[in-house]
Amino acid sequence: MDEGSELSLSVAHVVQRLKGSHLHSQIERQAKECLHQPEIKLDSLKEDVRSFLKTAGWERKLQNSVYRELHVQPPPSHPAAPPEHLKEPLAYMRKAQASWEKRVLKSLNSMSTELGVPLARMRPAAEQKELTNKWNEMGTDEPDLSRFRPVYAPKDFLEVLVSLRNPNHDSSEDVSARSHWGLIQVPLNVRDVPQLRRAFCELNLTAGQLGIDDHAHMHPDLFENDYVQIGKKVVVDQDSAAAQQYSRQGCPTGLRADLWALILNSTNQPPDVMHYEQLKAGVIQHDLLVDNLIYKDVKLTASNDDYYFVFEDFLYQVLLCFSRDAAVLEHFKYNSATPPKSYIQGKVGDEECAVVYPPNGIIPFHGFSMYVAPLCFLYNEPSKLYSVFREMYIRFFFRLHSISSSHSGIVSLCLQFERLLQTHLPQLFYHLRQIGAQPLRIAFKWMVRAFSGYLSTDQLLLLWDRILGYDSLEVVAVLAAAVFAFRAENLMEVTSLASAEAVLADLSTLKVMPLIQIFLFATAI
Amino acid sequence: MSACTDDVKAVTCTVKPPVYLHIGETKPDAAHSGICVVDVTLPFGKPASIEEITFKNYYTASVTVRLLRRGPGQEAPAKWCTALRDLPLMDNPHTERGSQDYCTIHRTQMKAEPDHVVSVRLILRQPSSAWLTFSIGDVKIFPRAEPDPEKEVSDWLSDLTLVDQHSDLEGLPDPQTVSSSIQQMWALTEVMQTNQTSASIGRFDVDGCYDINLLSLT
Repeated sequence: MDEGSELSLSVAHVVQRLKGSHLHSQIERQAKECLHQPEIKLDSLKEDVRSFLKTAGWERKLQNSVYRELHVQPPPSHPAAPPEHLKEPLAYMRKAQASWEKRVLKSLNSMSTELGVPLARMRPAAEQKELTNKWNEMGTDEPDLSRFRPVYAPKDFLEVLVSLRNPNHDSSEDVSARSHWGLIQVPLNVRDVPQLRRAFCELNLTAGQLGIDDHAHMHPDLFENDYVQIGKKVVVDQDSAAAQQYSRQGCPTGLRADLWALILNSTNQPPDVMHYEQLKAGVIQHDLLVDNLIYKDVKLTASNDDYYFVFEDFLYQVLLCFSRDAAVLEHFKYNSATPPKSYIQGKVGDEECAVVYPPNGIIPFHGFSMYVAPLCFLYNEPSKLYSVFREMYIRFFFRLHSISSSHSGIVSLCLQFERLLQTHLPQLFYHLRQIGAQPLRIAFKWMVRAFSGYLSTDQLLLLWDRILGYDSLEVVAVLAAAVFAFRAENLMEVTSLASAEAVLADLSTLKVMPLIQIFLFATAI
Repeated sequence: MSACTDDVKAVTCTVKPPVYLHIGETKPDAAHSGICVVDVTLPFGKPASIEEITFKNYYTASVTVRLLRRGPGQEAPAKWCTALRDLPLMDNPHTERGSQDYCTIHRTQMKAEPDHVVSVRLILRQPSSAWLTFSIGDVKIFPRAEPDPEKEVSDWLSDLTLVDQHSDLEGLPDPQTVSSSIQQMWALTEVMQTNQTSASIGRFDVDGCYDINLLSLT
């Protein structure tokens, strides 16, 4: 496909997606109303309406919407390529994802059968009323969740990734200095330090960073004051692309909520609030088995965390509604995963009665609520919090728990972490390998959660600023390697996996930006 | 993307099995070959003009296209020429990116005009020892769409073309500007009326019912 037709195809896709959206009808209404204005002349109608819309800020809103669509647009595909190729081009990865999904579904089915709890049930009227009254304090409920167990934990998923093999890959050569020492044995393209230096050039030692140059010892006039002024200007301008570029050097605490909402083009207009209310109605009406998994997960993770336990109620309000949101199904076009399917009772095989379960197609696993918890520090209105979380999930978080060859996918991140470690800290890697402490076994749980729950919240938010700014999760793999580099001396002295885990158990005192900066820009190549 | 592939069918051609080349004698346990030749012959006696060649890659790092062309005269000898040399299919031969992609080679990418082609030779290269095998699949050759011969349709279409007439219009606004502004207003109202929503409705149940069976494992 040549560039010209690729571009027209992209444009056509974006137009199709924006047609009929709330923004579309708002702009139409504005265009109709502005015809009353005296400065709109008949003979230059088109240009006058256009410039009116521009000065009133509608062109900027449209630009932001287009920018958002480009983020979630699947890459241009060959006309002969089937839809599954778009989700994941490598056949063996599709197969691995499909068999992993089958395992998860079997597990959920047996949970339902063994416990005698249906996958979904309509709540009786009295129960619906009770839930509506208790909506803002679902955390006070103490349901009996002892019978429920998470469908899977990150370490189960890690075993699947470790066993991934390309049937066409020649692994007959013996393990040597040239081969890969880590657990991931698929040859994906991952970037090394020189390439990362070019890609993450704004994190250079010579550029100011929030997380480094806003330290108490530094005078704010040296960097911070000016940087915050620029941030305020970006928020006033309401420019999505500018906000994304700005976020690469960090977001000031006071502006972060607005900047992230701008980058994600996450609005809180009446239709969004209405959509959230509709989801809430879905929660009230039907009780799903996955709801218990969500309750259990929140109780086990966020409620036990010193930083996040206060947000327990918010987490239920977001995650239960998330499960009911059929709009999330759209992201499966570019996600290698497939939503689970079921049929209405008694109508098995009748495609008219086929449904997706849960409605959003995503089965939560142990730790899932940690994707939402940090956002509670930024947004206190449930529909806004929901809107931002959903957008972050369909852009980033879904890649952390599905098998794909994407450069931001968890498989690539694991491989990148191992490669960075083997290339730049070979002695450490070799030592850990010898004592049976493969580094990935320790770092995997950090990466699957994008470090949520392991770093202190201000540091985590600085990390997530860069994820948004660079539209990539690679910075998570870089940080994992940087943490090992930081604690290398202690790690060289341990003699077992358990003691290696102990050295890396507490990351709450770490400052992420200096670690990343030193690893990328101060490591000798 | 070529609109042609929707309407035009691929030429029925014979794709010969790939031939892997080795240096010296072919020993069964020799190192993997890094070069492979796939010959695609067009139907005998019907040389074609090629619009594009499509195929599915399987771990080939680069491809060279050679064409056997026979001049228009019956007695003209057929000659081989290189149409495209070393087009990269995988940007790093040792890693996965591009290894299973669908590819198209368009005539505009070729150095030699792919007309009167009798046979196409695809030379595949995979220098990396990381892979057990490499090849391409699903090779299709799409011929150039012939321009339509003169038909009655084009005749009456040309009669409908507006002829520029300078009529005597003193004091009246230029009909072109009036008609274009009326067109613009009409277009605006049309746009406002059509309201095809691509936004989903969002219901997850079937007529209010969500009592489901167990999850489907197929």
